[in-house]
Amino acid sequence: MPRLDATRRHEVAFTLNGAPARVEVEPRTLLTDALRHVLGMTGTHVGCEHGVCGACTITIDGLPARACLTLAVAVEGSDVRTVEGLAPEPGRLGVLQAAFRRHHALQCGFCTAGILMSLDAYLRHRPHATQGELTEVIGGHLCRCTGYAPIIAAAVEAAALLRGEPTEETPSDA
Amino acid sequence: MKPARFDYLRAASLDEVLEALTRHRDEARIVAGGQSLVPMLNMRLTKPALIVDLMRIETLRSPRRENGALVIPAGVRQTLLLDRPGLADEVPLLAAALPFVGHVQTRARGTLCGSVAHADPSAEIPLCLVALEGEVHLRSAKRARRVRADDFFVGMMVTDRADDELVEAIALPVRRPGSGYAFAEMARRHGDFAIVACAAVVDGQRMRLAVGGVADRPTARDWPLLDGAALDDALNALAWDLGAGDDVHATARYRRNLVRRLGRQVLEQAAEEARRCHG
Repeated sequence: MPRLDATRRHEVAFTLNGAPARVEVEPRTLLTDALRHVLGMTGTHVGCEHGVCGACTITIDGLPARACLTLAVAVEGSDVRTVEGLAPEPGRLGVLQAAFRRHHALQCGFCTAGILMSLDAYLRHRPHATQGELTEVIGGHLCRCTGYAPIIAAAVEAAALLRGEPTEETPSDA
Repeated sequence: MKPARFDYLRAASLDEVLEALTRHRDEARIVAGGQSLVPMLNMRLTKPALIVDLMRIETLRSPRRENGALVIPAGVRQTLLLDRPGLADEVPLLAAALPFVGHVQTRARGTLCGSVAHADPSAEIPLCLVALEGEVHLRSAKRARRVRADDFFVGMMVTDRADDELVEAIALPVRRPGSGYAFAEMARRHGDFAIVACAAVVDGQRMRLAVGGVADRPTARDWPLLDGAALDDALNALAWDLGAGDDVHATARYRRNLVRRLGRQVLEQAAEEARRCHG
């Protein structure tokens, strides 16, 4: 492959939430900025920009990743998913999102997109994840509103619903 | 918090990486998982002219067994190894330590060799490499060489790697019959950098303790089998020798205490496991 010049923009093609996407970016452009500024997909939030806070977490080829620690040019040919891809259709929430709403698992919502993406990726690989495992997954995110307990409760309930198990509270709006 | 400009080369072969390193030397930086390098780029602590991405090189993506060691090439992500069936039997210390490396979200991208090349003094993978007396496989366009872990880590984020060399792989000796292994660390939050991390290897004749997070590099000591007051004295001497300092995370005194406590804990745990293996 030819070397990509620092001062020019280069085309990068990948799959975004199941549809083909294309951006023209400099090599130094972070995936967060390519998603937000080039594609207008602002669901992915930018917090610390050094991989600590987790707000920008997305999935790449099915595994969670900090978009702020990913160069946009590096996702050429990859399958990228963001929070915009979680809802089954406009106006309807996914199972995980609905559980967050029921449990008040968000307040300001800044960290939420990243946490949803981490949990979505984890539960796809490990549908029988324990509360301890889910707590550890959430440990990769900072939330300054909730104190985490409602997030953990929502994750545990969503996991049970996704496995098709009955939960204590019958969800009315899932 | 945005990187300065750099050229980007998505290398298709090992030769392409080595050629770029030969030509650009310290102006070039290798990126694999990016979990150590990209934060440095974002904070502009490093401003390379060229980034060479090696994650498309298929030959660097699979661990292999070679001469009693698990050889882990530069493109192997931490998650891949953690999910390797039988890792707990093959390299038990690594299986115990890997869950403490960052978070699920960073392990899915970060590589083992990347952590070793970065050489953060509190990182778990370099600690395991030192504890197990592993090797780092370095390669340049001109030569290939293998360096003992103890010699590879020179200081804080400083290694024996020359500017034109790639950390091509690390080699971790597999479990020896009759040996026990244990790992423990103290961090404010699971996944954060360890304040102190300890790894122990114990067999019928000797005990080895490696400590991370205190000195400017992971540091190991070998002792004959000690217990009681003799072990307390050895751990105390080590705790002082490591030259702990005060910082925002912990005091030097607290660090010395962790070396004594966690050191004893992992040595006892590894000795117990070694006895079980014998019996």
